[in-house]
Amino acid sequence: MSGPELGLALSVFLACAVEAVEALTIVLAVGTTRSWSSAMSGVGAAMFALAVLVLALGPALTSLPIDVLRLLVGGLLLVFGLQWLRKAVLRRAGLKAKHDELQTYAEQTAAARAAGKRPARVDAYSFTLAFKGVLLEGLEVVFIVLTFGANQHRVGLAAAAAGLAVLAVVALGVAARAPLASVPENTMKFAVGVMLSSFGTFWGAEGAGAHWPGGDAALLAIIPGVLLAALATASIAAPDDRRAWPLRRPTPGGLTRRP
Amino acid sequence: MNTARARTLLSGVWDFVVGDDWRAAVGVVAALALTALLAGAGVSAWWVMPIAVLALLVWSVRRAAREAARRPDA
Repeated sequence: MSGPELGLALSVFLACAVEAVEALTIVLAVGTTRSWSSAMSGVGAAMFALAVLVLALGPALTSLPIDVLRLLVGGLLLVFGLQWLRKAVLRRAGLKAKHDELQTYAEQTAAARAAGKRPARVDAYSFTLAFKGVLLEGLEVVFIVLTFGANQHRVGLAAAAAGLAVLAVVALGVAARAPLASVPENTMKFAVGVMLSSFGTFWGAEGAGAHWPGGDAALLAIIPGVLLAALATASIAAPDDRRAWPLRRPTPGGLTRRP
Repeated sequence: MNTARARTLLSGVWDFVVGDDWRAAVGVVAALALTALLAGAGVSAWWVMPIAVLALLVWSVRRAAREAARRPDA
């Protein structure tokens, strides 16, 4: 397996594992409080819809000329990756709430209980919530599988990495019989943001006609570079005494002060 | 598909890919265009994207940090 292929597999695995942890929390909440069979039907329907998307869009993307594909997909991946990285940096800096699976599970369970009595056969609430949860979390994975996979003409490898991540998360969830709160979800999201931004930078520049010094080996400099930049940005953006960017905050008296 | 549905779909795609900072997306497009211009003129252009990504990340986080400070409860 080449370096870029390893990066592809690792990025897709991490991204898919993070999204699978979030989807598992929703499915567990509706399954345990309402109906397992309806929740699992919703999961199956969403997985089917996601597989159809990959099968329909994968060949269409890979049929594009490589430079067009790299420019288009590299640009999209970079825009998407910067969004992930920005949120991850803000979470690390304490400026955005971190994901807490136990809290999400408690909220979803309370909402499922409050949704009223369930009918004897199919519970539409469980089906819909599980379907929506898996579909929405899965769409991000499909995007990553398609962009990474199409760029290297390895949609199969990307899909396999995604499948492996889902299996790993489901196995852990079944073993734990609880939301996977101990998974370092926020760290994984940070890593995925770094990988998406790095590969988007690499492919976008290549698609625009630039040539990287060292070819594929340039990724060995880009990935640590983006990681260091993100860590430094999070450290600078951190609030209170560690903040390097002075902020004006309202005080009870209506005046402002610089912390 | 009627106009309202098409608008909802486009808005969903926009939110999904671009998110809440459209300026970063514009910055990426501008950086890619500059790279293409330089590469087309035969000038080495690989350095444009790393610098652009670093600048866009810092700029975007800085703006979000200031916004978070203006609305501490948000």
